[in-house]
Amino acid sequence: MPVPVTFDSSSAAFLGGVRRAATSVFFPVMMGTYIGIGALAHDFGFSPWWLALSTVLVWAAPAQVILITAIALGSSLIETAIAVSLSAIRLFPMAVALLPLLRGPETRLYHLLMPTHFTSVSMWVESLRYLPGIAQDRRIAFCNGLSTTFMSTAAIFGFVGFYLAAGLPTLFAAALLFLTPMSFLISTANNARMMMDRLALLLGLVLLPLLVYLEIGLDLMWTGIIGGTLAYAIHRLREATR
Amino acid sequence: MNPVLAEYWPYLMLIVVGYLPNEIWRVFGLVLARGLNEDSEIVMWSRAVATAILAGVIAKLILFSSGALDTVPLPVRIGAVACGFVAYLLIKRSALAGVVAGLGALLIGGSLFTH
Repeated sequence: MPVPVTFDSSSAAFLGGVRRAATSVFFPVMMGTYIGIGALAHDFGFSPWWLALSTVLVWAAPAQVILITAIALGSSLIETAIAVSLSAIRLFPMAVALLPLLRGPETRLYHLLMPTHFTSVSMWVESLRYLPGIAQDRRIAFCNGLSTTFMSTAAIFGFVGFYLAAGLPTLFAAALLFLTPMSFLISTANNARMMMDRLALLLGLVLLPLLVYLEIGLDLMWTGIIGGTLAYAIHRLREATR
Repeated sequence: MNPVLAEYWPYLMLIVVGYLPNEIWRVFGLVLARGLNEDSEIVMWSRAVATAILAGVIAKLILFSSGALDTVPLPVRIGAVACGFVAYLLIKRSALAGVVAGLGALLIGGSLFTH
């Protein structure tokens, strides 16, 4: 085991998180993605401040895209809420896998409120990668530094996209939307050092189209439960027979 | 609708049908994670489930694209993701190199095959 990185103070750990965020692949990806979402918000007639608030409060790109499209197209309230909520199910297992890494013997519940709200793919991937190498009592500050940087980048580039919207060619807008799945795939694969993670990734990629083809509802949820449980079970079996 | 309400309507929508239905999953996660140790089996299983859902989200965004990405033909989208992933594997496992290569492939393929 390598010696955990210790920071002299919480602010040093926070700054460490800021530096990690700035050198992460999610930094440029976040800029591009939110330029795309900013352009979308502009085209559908939202104010840039509404978009910034949605970035801070919702903090999940797929849910924000759904929300903007649904409100603009006049979908019913309940329909919109359900669509947003279904897209957000992933945040539940993510928080469960992340928060125990952050909690130490001294941690109070309110210390975990910010990291809970910050939970999103970008910070989750980078936190799972770096937190195990950081001293327990500095993890929350590191995570908050990382997340604050990602969130402010997203909010700022939402404005950029909003004011660029008129001049954005369709293919370029398509490329910005492509950034999310491309970066999610590579960064998840990059983090998948354990066989279980690789298996879960592969199973998820195969299961989703299959479940959609079979017209099974709640396809994302079932992809997670079936694919994740299979990957976990195979991992346990291998451990047991070793 | 009265003008004051009309002005704040999008903000009300943001809270009620955006923030709350999204945030509830994070709060559930916080509640369940209480008392769990980082090495516990539920945490491991959650990690596998989260990874599989994330893979599902990736597949969904590529195969059933919406918005501008929908104008790029499906084979181009799949080909571009494959290019990006192979580039990531070949170029010293650099995530940035992979994303840039995938993006380049999508732009080239898109400009050749999109009408």
